[in-house]
Amino acid sequence: MAQATFEEISASDFFYRNRDIAGLTNPSRSIFVAVREVVENSLDAAESQRIPPDIYVRLSFESEATKDTQIYKLRVEDNGSGIPPRFIPSAFGQVLYGSKYKLKQARGTFGLGGKMAVLYGQITTHQPVFVTSSTGQEKIYSFKLMIDIQRNKPIILDRKVTINKDLWRGTIIEFTLEGDYLRAMPKIIEYFKQTAMVNPYANITFVDPKGRLYKFVRGTTTMPEPPKETMPHPYGVDVELLQRLIQITEFTNMSSFLRGHFHRVGEITAQKFLDFAGIPANKNPKKLAHEEIVRLMQNLKKYKEFLPPDASCLSPLGEELLKAGVMKELNPEYLVVHQRKPSTYAGHPFIVEMAMAYGGGVPKRSTFVIYRFANKIPLLYDEASDVSYRVISAMNWRRYKVQPDMPIAILVHICSTKVPYKTVGKEFISDRPEVRREVANALREVARQIQHFLARQEHVHMEKRRLSIFGKYLPKIAEFSTILAGKEKKPDIQKLLKSVQKYGSEES
Amino acid sequence: MAQKKAKVAERQKEVVAGLKGLGVQIYNQLEEGVFPTINMPSRSTENINYDPALRQYILGEKSVGRSARNIRHIKPFTQLAWAAMFSNELTSQRKTSTLRDVYYSAQAYEMTFTDQQESNNIITDLETLTGFAREDFHIFPEERSAIFGDLDIGYTVPGYEGKTLNLTSHPDGVLIGPALTSAELLNTKADKVIAIEKGALFTRFIEENVHNKHKSLLISCGGQAPRQTRAIIRRLHDELNLPVYILTDGDPWGMHIAQVIISGSANAAHLRNLNTPDAVWSGVWASDIVEYKLPTDPLDEVDIKRLYELQRDPRYQNDPLWQREIKMFLKIKRKAEQEAFSRYGLTYIVDEYLPTKLEQPKGKS
Repeated sequence: MAQATFEEISASDFFYRNRDIAGLTNPSRSIFVAVREVVENSLDAAESQRIPPDIYVRLSFESEATKDTQIYKLRVEDNGSGIPPRFIPSAFGQVLYGSKYKLKQARGTFGLGGKMAVLYGQITTHQPVFVTSSTGQEKIYSFKLMIDIQRNKPIILDRKVTINKDLWRGTIIEFTLEGDYLRAMPKIIEYFKQTAMVNPYANITFVDPKGRLYKFVRGTTTMPEPPKETMPHPYGVDVELLQRLIQITEFTNMSSFLRGHFHRVGEITAQKFLDFAGIPANKNPKKLAHEEIVRLMQNLKKYKEFLPPDASCLSPLGEELLKAGVMKELNPEYLVVHQRKPSTYAGHPFIVEMAMAYGGGVPKRSTFVIYRFANKIPLLYDEASDVSYRVISAMNWRRYKVQPDMPIAILVHICSTKVPYKTVGKEFISDRPEVRREVANALREVARQIQHFLARQEHVHMEKRRLSIFGKYLPKIAEFSTILAGKEKKPDIQKLLKSVQKYGSEES
Repeated sequence: MAQKKAKVAERQKEVVAGLKGLGVQIYNQLEEGVFPTINMPSRSTENINYDPALRQYILGEKSVGRSARNIRHIKPFTQLAWAAMFSNELTSQRKTSTLRDVYYSAQAYEMTFTDQQESNNIITDLETLTGFAREDFHIFPEERSAIFGDLDIGYTVPGYEGKTLNLTSHPDGVLIGPALTSAELLNTKADKVIAIEKGALFTRFIEENVHNKHKSLLISCGGQAPRQTRAIIRRLHDELNLPVYILTDGDPWGMHIAQVIISGSANAAHLRNLNTPDAVWSGVWASDIVEYKLPTDPLDEVDIKRLYELQRDPRYQNDPLWQREIKMFLKIKRKAEQEAFSRYGLTYIVDEYLPTKLEQPKGKS
């Protein structure tokens, strides 16, 4: 009988061995994911300070790697919050270290994306990452780092401190990575374009390896309300979270424990729930046995009378900004936006925002163009698996007088403290009934308005045609009848022409 | 003679006045700031009735309106106004035009007609509206037929006013065109008119001197008689009091050619004086086929279907001759052409058949 051997692996090691789950599947996808993760971090860093982001991204060719791949250097500069010097090594050199574990809407959620990109760069090129950052104080800190993959610890190769004369604030990160830019290019450009669409207050500059400059200029400096941190909602907890809360809690009875650590639980709700669960209100949470904790978790999920989570922890774009973003990038002939009221699935609040654009710069295809976003991140892969795609496809468009070959773009933005991604690759939203319902309702709303617009257009078109017919024939009738009647002067038909303009009605 | 001349000129004046009246009506409505409208009898099939007293098809009480206010009417309304103006020009300047001409002339005024049919319809509208035939507006179809015989006509067309012509002057006959249709019918020694379906027999009749032997004016219909031919037949009957005899092939189609000369067509129900109710179909009858033992062809399916149609047609109800001959056709199931008489020699039809047919009292055999 073989002896099973167990070995502990670090988080870095785990992700090194399983990098597929972060989307780093092939050289083209990897370079796209790396650019995206670093840019998202920069956007978050600026937004957290309510500073309109200024982001500069440069991807430059370093050398050939294999037949199909090259080594590139990625440099991303932002004007975000900056990172306090003592956190810099861990922030970039330790996987699962991050500021995103509290419950509020943010682009990434694992503290994984940016570091995975750095980790990927290191394992493909064996080069260190350079990080320069300042929080706007008097000093700028620069680090040269590598990740000790087995121990999940940053190795500081070099550290420099310079005087911050201009009180610059922000972060610059630079590292090399292997990839296939030529293949990834369409997705990367599309990513920037769509990012600009839902971040209309951001300036984004991208210089690609061929030296081409892509500039996305902000259309507004208004920014959405930043999300507030909230406590977890009872419906969204698991045993692990309960145990941690019990460990750290200072409360000594169940009633205040519930009130103090859970979202939307007050004294009455706590009392009613404890009655429901059969737990004495004065029970010390630290005295709960393991089975009791499991039962508590089950009862939290079963109890029907918790108030739904409020949406203050969400930061939707809002109809105005959504409008500004789509106008800026698509300049459509007609645009309608709609924001749904907050809703929840499994204890997680979410908001669906939708825009429907017609004509103008909307690309003409045989089907609608769909732009999908989750927490302001463009989702560019696996469109057909996404709940939005399914809802849009299932819609009876004929009811709304909409033809699939019309130049129509539909933008769906779902923001949530926990976006219901189907996979770890975070490329499409799963088909949950609550989410589907909200997407469908939003879609119906914008479709109704598009229908009105199309009807109006049709009416204007008909009216124009009608007027041109009167405009063509009435003068002729006047001319012919004048000659026929043997008169000198043509009758004045201006009044008649005006009357057809004024009153749209006609005899039939 | 002066009286007859005055008649043609008077007709001319009436036409011009009618057209001008239409122009004034439209002009005044526009002057008053209202959308011009016109009303005319409906030409839809349910409004076409056979009038046994008039012995022709006529339009009923129903009328249709055309309003320039209506987006679907304004184009045909404009076309109608143009057609009236164009006709007025033709009539006043005494020029003539064909239906095809009308179609093209419209284009000079950016009044394109979709097709010939559309422009023909507008001309028919103008006829219906004014009560005049297009020939009165100097618009003629392309079809031509011919007339021959001892008749003096006086031209009224520009450049020929006052000139006369005897219709025996050309052995091929004289075309029944605008100049002839508008001419005055002055003198004739003939005492009857013989309308013949086909040009070949018409030529044979001239060669055989039928016009002298039988004191007749010969007309070649060229198949279904064109409207102007029917109009001239009517005038010969009315103005010169000549009886009219019609000779056609012995089949349902020939029979109907005669019928249209006598009772008119549904298509021309809006017009008068195109038919000659007193004209007589002299042959070839089905009973002639039997009596003269003519060489025949069998009736085909279409012929038979046509016979059943004609049997129900109101125009075929007032004279027992028609029903009798239809039944005979259906019985013998044979048909014969006029030329079939050639089996008895080239002159048989002139020397034997024709006198017999002209002798027989109308409608009786």
